[in-house]
Amino acid sequence: MMHRSEKVWLILSFGMIIGFMLIAGYQAFAFEMGPPSYGERIDPQKVDETPPFDKPGIKKIGENEYEVVMTLQVFSFTTSEIEVPAGSTVHFTLTSKDVVHGFQVAETNLNAMVVPGYVQKITQKFDKPGEYLVLCNEYCGAGHQMMSTTITVK
Amino acid sequence: METVIKQSGKTQAIKEKANKVMGISLEDAKLTKSYLSVAFLAILLGGILGLLQGLNRAGMFELPAWLNYYQVLTAHGLLLVVVLSAFFTIGYFYAGLSHTLGGLLPKVRKMAWIGFWMKIFGFVLAVIPILMNEASVMYTFYPPMAASPIFYIGLVFIVLGVWMCAFGAFINVASWRKRNPGQHIPILSFFATGVFVLLFFGSIPVAIEVFTIIPWAFGWVETINVMVARTLFWAFGHTLVNIWYLTAVSAWYVIVPKVIGGRRWNDLLTRIVVIALVIMNITGGFHHQIIDPGISEPVKYMHVFMSLAIGFPSLMTAYAMFAVFERTARRKGGKGLVGWYKKLPWGDVRFLAPFIAMAAFIPAGAGGIAQTTNQLNQVVHNTMWVVGHFHLTLGMSVVMTFFGLSYWLIPYVSKRVLTPQINKLGVIQTIIWTLGMIIMSGAMHWVGLLGSPRRTSYSTYFDNATALSWDPYLFFLAIGGTLLMIGVLMQVYAVFYLMFFAPKGNTEFPIAEVEEDEAPTPRWTERWGLWVVCMIVLVGMAYVIPLVDFIVNAPPGSPPYKTW
Ligand SMILES: [Cu+2]
Repeated sequence: MMHRSEKVWLILSFGMIIGFMLIAGYQAFAFEMGPPSYGERIDPQKVDETPPFDKPGIKKIGENEYEVVMTLQVFSFTTSEIEVPAGSTVHFTLTSKDVVHGFQVAETNLNAMVVPGYVQKITQKFDKPGEYLVLCNEYCGAGHQMMSTTITVK
Repeated sequence: METVIKQSGKTQAIKEKANKVMGISLEDAKLTKSYLSVAFLAILLGGILGLLQGLNRAGMFELPAWLNYYQVLTAHGLLLVVVLSAFFTIGYFYAGLSHTLGGLLPKVRKMAWIGFWMKIFGFVLAVIPILMNEASVMYTFYPPMAASPIFYIGLVFIVLGVWMCAFGAFINVASWRKRNPGQHIPILSFFATGVFVLLFFGSIPVAIEVFTIIPWAFGWVETINVMVARTLFWAFGHTLVNIWYLTAVSAWYVIVPKVIGGRRWNDLLTRIVVIALVIMNITGGFHHQIIDPGISEPVKYMHVFMSLAIGFPSLMTAYAMFAVFERTARRKGGKGLVGWYKKLPWGDVRFLAPFIAMAAFIPAGAGGIAQTTNQLNQVVHNTMWVVGHFHLTLGMSVVMTFFGLSYWLIPYVSKRVLTPQINKLGVIQTIIWTLGMIIMSGAMHWVGLLGSPRRTSYSTYFDNATALSWDPYLFFLAIGGTLLMIGVLMQVYAVFYLMFFAPKGNTEFPIAEVEEDEAPTPRWTERWGLWVVCMIVLVGMAYVIPLVDFIVNAPPGSPPYKTW
């Protein structure tokens, strides 16, 4: 009933999909390359009073290692205009003070949703010097297209 | 009593035969014509708005002060994703039900009309606040952005209208089954059943979401659970796009083989594809939340698994389609490993348009698989890449199949014929649409990989060098968009010409037969109750854990914001 080529195709399809699944799983769990999934909750109306967001900013926490605490709100990022030396690993801790925003850094794989009520964490190593564009990639209102800042890597 | 049943069975049989010979009944035809008219008016309006957006995004056109980019974007999304697709799908499947089941029951026809007016009413309600700039919240309307309550009430009516049509289809199919015990539901009605099952169950989550939003938008409830709303939205939002896809697939399996003078692919495998797509679809929407906070990695991984599984029936479809083409071409004397393609009717728009639509699904499907996996999703999430992806899937694979269908479906319901001139116009239209989509969606994919975001009006981000480097690519959006607009105008002209002015005559509803030597399809394929239970179990596996977590460990909710 089934042709040989059909069976081959079905096996190939099945193999390809399982392959995708296994690679995604292996990267996520063995290499800790999973997507940003931090689970801590926060009162979205009391962000300014809740540590660490009461003091947003950049902090050196080790050799070539920085922590950036940032809030997102219409239509800006607070801490903005970050500067780090080339080769730094930067840990971002983010939350929203109002609606849903996106946190994306062009030319890197940094991309995370920032949802009110949740703290989001994401880490990136910046090897290449330059000025990186940080932008909001989730529509958040009339000034959405203005919501941006930069990270300078020296 | 028994004779009465026999007699009514007999009249039914006569009616069925008459329907097949004479074409659709006037009343059923009127229903489909109305649905299709709305669909193509929606593409005209939505197309114009799309062009305005493309030109604006490329920095070539400034919108007037009274109409901003995000209003245009919200209306464009709603017109094309909700109105065009839903009205076309329902119009087409109701014609299919009427044709294959021997006419619509009067009660069912009435339900479809009530559904029609409910949807129109709902859409008007939703559009008023959009035009007043009270609902620039996009197709996704993520809380805590809050539109005017009227917008959400409009959505409720649209959903109720769709449910009316779904129940109508179920009633007609059930009545046919009672009258034809032991027989398989005709294949096109089988597809219709799958589509309406998905339309009903897929829209339950959004109905729940909207019912929690309305009291909050009115201010009766202070805060809302943002993640629950978001998750309910995607359980619906992605199912919806897969419903249009399943509609296109029905035409690939059932209609296209007949148009090229061939036979249908294996009936059993076809039905398995439908069942698989129905069971696995609703859970697929979660991949929109791969980079959300508050969902643990194992849960996300389970969803990668569930989303990817949908690729399997799609890959089976790819095989089946090309096998049908080859088989048909070889029967017509086609030779060689690839030389057989010359025997296919390339000059026939009823074949050319759906063929290109299918071919487009190869890169489109691959893009879908990419988005479903963790790391690849993170690279492209919310960039222009995504917009390119769904213009390739929805705009090309689905809408172009709909275009191809319209060249016989509209003459069929209006008792007219497709003229050679309109066929030629259709071929040119198909080529223009294809070029427009390749240019636009290609540029979108590329610029998205470079980091350009979606849903953003023209912006250089304060003359940032990276953002400025995207401009040349965005220019292609304007070119592609312009071609697409020309395509829309040609298509709408063809549709209304075929509906009202083409020469009178009879057009066939092309349904391919199965191969003569095919083994009978087993009965278990007909057990829709069982498939629905399987679907509910899978939906439960996918959503109970995250939703319970969002509710039990909920952060304080969010008040409504109007940020535009
Ligand atoms: Cu934003």
